[in-house]
Amino acid sequence: MADRQQLKVVGRPLPRVDAAAKVTGVAVYADDLHLPRMLHCRILRSPHPHARIVSVDATAARRIPGVKAVLTGQDLPIRFGILPVSQDERALESEKVRYVGDPVAAVAAVEEEIAEAALRSIRVEYGLLQPVMSIEEALQEPPDEPIHDRAYTRQPANLHRRVNYEFGDLEAGFAAADHVREDVFFFQGNTHLPMEQHSAVATYVDGRLTLWSSTQVVHYVHRALAKVLELPMNRVRVIGAVHGGGFGGKTDPFSHEIVVARLAMVTGRPVKCTLTREEVFYAHRGRHPVLMWVKTGVTRGGRITAQHWRTALDGGAYGSYGAASVFYTGTLQTVTYDIPAYKFEGARVFTNKAPCGPKRGHGTPQPRFALELHLEKIALDLGLDPVELKRQNFVKPFTRSVNWLRVTSCGLEECTEKVIAASGYRRRERRPGRGMGFAVSAYMSGAGTAIYWNDMPHSEVNLKVDRTGVTAFCGAMEIGQGSDSVLALVIAEELGIGPGEVRLTTADTDLTPVDLGSYSSRVTFMAGNAALEAARRMRLLLVEAVAEKTGVRGDLSEIEVGDGRVGDFSFEEACELATARFGALSSTGSYTPPRMGGPFKGSGVGPSPAYSYSACVLVLEADARTGLVRVERVWIAHDVGRAINPLLVAGQVEGSVYMGLGEALMEEQAYRKGRHMWPSMLEYKSPTFVDMPEVETFIVETIDPEGPYGAKEAGQGPLLPVIPALNAALHDALGIWIDEVPVTPEKVLRALEAKSKGQAPRHGPKGFPAVDYGPPIRVEPPDPHDLRVGEELEAAFREAEGRRLC
Amino acid sequence: MNKFDLRLARPYAPQQFAMLNELDRDVQREALRLRVNGEDFEILVPVHKTLLEVLREDMGLTGTKHGCELGECGTCTVLVDGRPQLSCLLLPIQLGRSEVTTVEGLGGTAELTPLQQAFAELGAAQCGYCTPAMLLAATSLLRQEPKPARQRIREALAGNLCRCTGYVKIVEAVELAAERTSHG
Repeated sequence: MADRQQLKVVGRPLPRVDAAAKVTGVAVYADDLHLPRMLHCRILRSPHPHARIVSVDATAARRIPGVKAVLTGQDLPIRFGILPVSQDERALESEKVRYVGDPVAAVAAVEEEIAEAALRSIRVEYGLLQPVMSIEEALQEPPDEPIHDRAYTRQPANLHRRVNYEFGDLEAGFAAADHVREDVFFFQGNTHLPMEQHSAVATYVDGRLTLWSSTQVVHYVHRALAKVLELPMNRVRVIGAVHGGGFGGKTDPFSHEIVVARLAMVTGRPVKCTLTREEVFYAHRGRHPVLMWVKTGVTRGGRITAQHWRTALDGGAYGSYGAASVFYTGTLQTVTYDIPAYKFEGARVFTNKAPCGPKRGHGTPQPRFALELHLEKIALDLGLDPVELKRQNFVKPFTRSVNWLRVTSCGLEECTEKVIAASGYRRRERRPGRGMGFAVSAYMSGAGTAIYWNDMPHSEVNLKVDRTGVTAFCGAMEIGQGSDSVLALVIAEELGIGPGEVRLTTADTDLTPVDLGSYSSRVTFMAGNAALEAARRMRLLLVEAVAEKTGVRGDLSEIEVGDGRVGDFSFEEACELATARFGALSSTGSYTPPRMGGPFKGSGVGPSPAYSYSACVLVLEADARTGLVRVERVWIAHDVGRAINPLLVAGQVEGSVYMGLGEALMEEQAYRKGRHMWPSMLEYKSPTFVDMPEVETFIVETIDPEGPYGAKEAGQGPLLPVIPALNAALHDALGIWIDEVPVTPEKVLRALEAKSKGQAPRHGPKGFPAVDYGPPIRVEPPDPHDLRVGEELEAAFREAEGRRLC
Repeated sequence: MNKFDLRLARPYAPQQFAMLNELDRDVQREALRLRVNGEDFEILVPVHKTLLEVLREDMGLTGTKHGCELGECGTCTVLVDGRPQLSCLLLPIQLGRSEVTTVEGLGGTAELTPLQQAFAELGAAQCGYCTPAMLLAATSLLRQEPKPARQRIREALAGNLCRCTGYVKIVEAVELAAERTSHG
C-alpha cells in the first residue's frame, strides 16, 4: 500500500470534478430536461389515509383538449418494491389506498396546467376504512381490515416484520451484573427534504425505453421498470440525471418513474413528471419513528455484561427497505461496544402514513440515540464518568462482535481523544443553562449483501484508453457526495495523470457496468475498489508496452508511472504504444464483498467490509424560561480510514452534523387526523444558516486494510453521534432528560416542570407496548479473534455443521 | 433590442404555440419586455406565469432552480436590480424595466466570478442544486458589504436552504471571495 508521500492526487483537498458545472448553473438536472413534443404528467393521489377504491372514472379527463393519455390502476397492475420480499406497491393503486398521497391515476398533457385540471375531473369513489396512525394501534387487530393482505404479511394485526435474536447467554450476563437499568426512548420520524423535487423524463423510441431520473439507484429503477412494464432489461435504459440531493430519499423505485415510462410508451412522446414539494413529503421513505426499550447489565466498574433491546418501527404504508430497517435498529450497537451477551427483538408495523425507508444512517440513528443516552444514565447511576464508561466498553480493532460482525480498522479511541481534548470537555464550565455532551457511533462502508440475492459484484468499472484519452464507465451515481470525484481520483492516481484528465460516464445502464448505487455508504469502498482494480490492470498494459519498447525485462517496477509519464514516455505516447501493441485498450475492475455474516438466517443485514467511526462533543445554551436550545459549537472526529479527498470528506461530515442537528432539534414528519401535519418547507422546520453552529472537524485515518487506499465511508456515520450528544448536553445544562427526538422547547419545559414538582426530571415515552416477537433464534457467539471471511468462513461453517450432524 | 424569437434561437418553444382550448379561454396573455442578464427580450406569456417559469420554460435559463415554488426555500433566488428576490413569487408583469440577473449572468465556465471560484475551490457546492441561488444572494451581499462579518453572511443568506453542506463551506467560500475581492 502506497503511503501518503507517494500518493499524488489521493489525499489532496481538490475541487470536485463537477464543480464548474455546478457553480455556473449549466449542470442539467432531471427537471431541466426539455425534449421536443414533451408532455407533462401529473398524478392523482389519494386524499384518504385508508380506503377501498370502489371506482375510477376518467372519461371526462380523457375528453379535455390537450390531454394525450390517462392511466389508472388497471394499466399498471404489476406490483413492485425495492426488496424482493416486499413487492407491495403499485405505480397506480386500483384496489385500495393506504396513505394520503397514494397514487391512483395519472394524466399526460401538453401543458402541466392542463394535466392538473384533468386530474380534477377524474372521479374516484372511495369506501373509507379506519386509518391506523400509531405503533400502538397497529399492534392491535384492526377494526375492519389490515392495511395489507395477510397472504402477503403472514403476520397478525398490522405487523409487517418481526425478528428475535439472542447471541450468547443473556441470563448469565445479567446475573453477572452489579447494576441493571431499563429505559424507554422514542425517535420521531423525519424526512430527507432534498432541495430538488423528484423528477423523471421518459422516452420510448424504436421499442426502447429511456428514463432520466433523479434517483440514487439506476440499477434498481432499471429492474423495477422492466418488471412492471414487462420489458426485457435490454429494452430499458435508465440514466441518472445530475442529482439534487437524496440522503436516502431517492433510493426506492417510485410510482412517477414507472408512470412516465408507461405514458411515453402509450403516447409515443417524451413525458416528464416533477413532483410538487407536497408530493415529495408523501414520497418520503424517510426516518422510521421508532419506540425503543433497552436493558443493560453492568459491573460496578461500568463494564457491560449483557444488553437486551426491543424496538417497534412505524413503517408507514409500504414495505420499502423496512425488512432491512428493522434489523438495523438492532445490529450495529455491538460495533461500538463490546457486549458479551446480546438480545434483540424488533418489529415493524404498517400504518396509514407515507412509507418510511432509509434516511442517512438507515435504522441506526434511533438506537444510537437511545444507546448513548442509556449509557449516560448508567454512568450517572454508578457515579462514573460517561466518557470513561463508554471507553472501557469500546470494541477493539480486528475483533468479531457477539452477533458475528467483523470489525477491522477502528478509530474509536482516537476519535474520542480528539474531540474530548479539543472541546475541553473535562474542564468545561459548569453552570445552569450551559452543557456539553459526548457520544460515539459507527456505520457501514456498504452493506455486505445486495438488495436482491446474487453472487455478482456489487460494483463494476470499465476503463477505456485510446488515442483521445481515458474514459471510465461505472454505474455509480453521483448524488452530490462526490462519487464521480472518487472514481476520477482513484484512476488518476493509478495512471499517474490529473483527475481532470479522466472522462467519466456514470449511472447510465446502457453504457456503464452495474454498480448498485448510492446507498448504505457503499460507493467509495466498493466503486473505489472496482476503479482501483480496473486502473491497475490498465496501468500494467501501459507499463508492459513501454517495457517492450525500451527493452526492459523481468522487473517492471522500475518503470515509474506518475506526473503524466510512464517510464521515459509521456502518458499519451504510452497509450499509443500500448494501443499499437495490444489493440483497443480496455480493462475492467469489480468489487464483491466477501461473505462475512454468521451462520444464521438474517445474518446478511449488518455485515460490512469496514465500519467507520465517529465521536462528537457538543456545547449548548438552554434557556429554562423558554425551553429554547442553542447549539454553540460541535467538535466531530470521523475515522474515514483514508480521506481520498479531505475537502469532500469534511463536507460530508459537516453536512451530517447539520442533518443530525435538524433531527435533534426540529425536524418531524408528524400526522394529525390521518394527514401529514406540515407537508411544506415553511412548516416542516429545518435548520437555516443562523441555526447552524460552528463545526470543528477532525479527520482520523486508520488506513483500512480492504478499502481503496485504506478509505471507508464518510456520508452517513457522522450524523449518528450528534443527536445523543445534544440530549446529553441538555442534561448537563438543565438536569433533565429528553428521551425523545426532536427536542422541542415544549418538551424541555415539560421536563423542567416535572423536575420542579419533584417528579422524574424527564420527558419521554411512558412505557413500551407488549409485542409478541415470536421465539428467538439463538446464536452461539463467534470466537472474537476469528476474522475469517469468504470461502474460509463458509468452510468453517460447513465443518461445524458436519460435526454437529455426526 | 434583441428580440427573443424562440423559433430561431432555441428548441424551447412551449408557450409560443400554447394550445388554445377551454382551459385557455380566459387566460390573458401579455407581450412584455424583460431585461435579463443584460439583454432585452420580448415575450408573450400568460399573466399568471411566474418569473421562475418564464426563465426556465420560455427562456431556457434552467440554471435557476426550484425547491417548493411557494417562496419557502430560496432555491429560485434571482437578482432584481441587484437585490435577491424569489422568482417563484414574482410575475414578469410586475418587473417593468427592472434588470433580472440569473446564475447564467454571472461568470461562465471560462471566467468564474470570485464567488463562483471560491464555491468551487472550497466544496461549497455538493449536489449543487441550491448553488445558483446561494451565489446570487451572496453576490448581492458582497456588492453592498464587501467585507461582511460571519454572522452577517449567515443572516443575509438565511432565506436560502441547503441540505448538503451544513452551510459551513458556503460561509467559508463567501468569506474567501470577500477577502480576495477586497485585496484585489
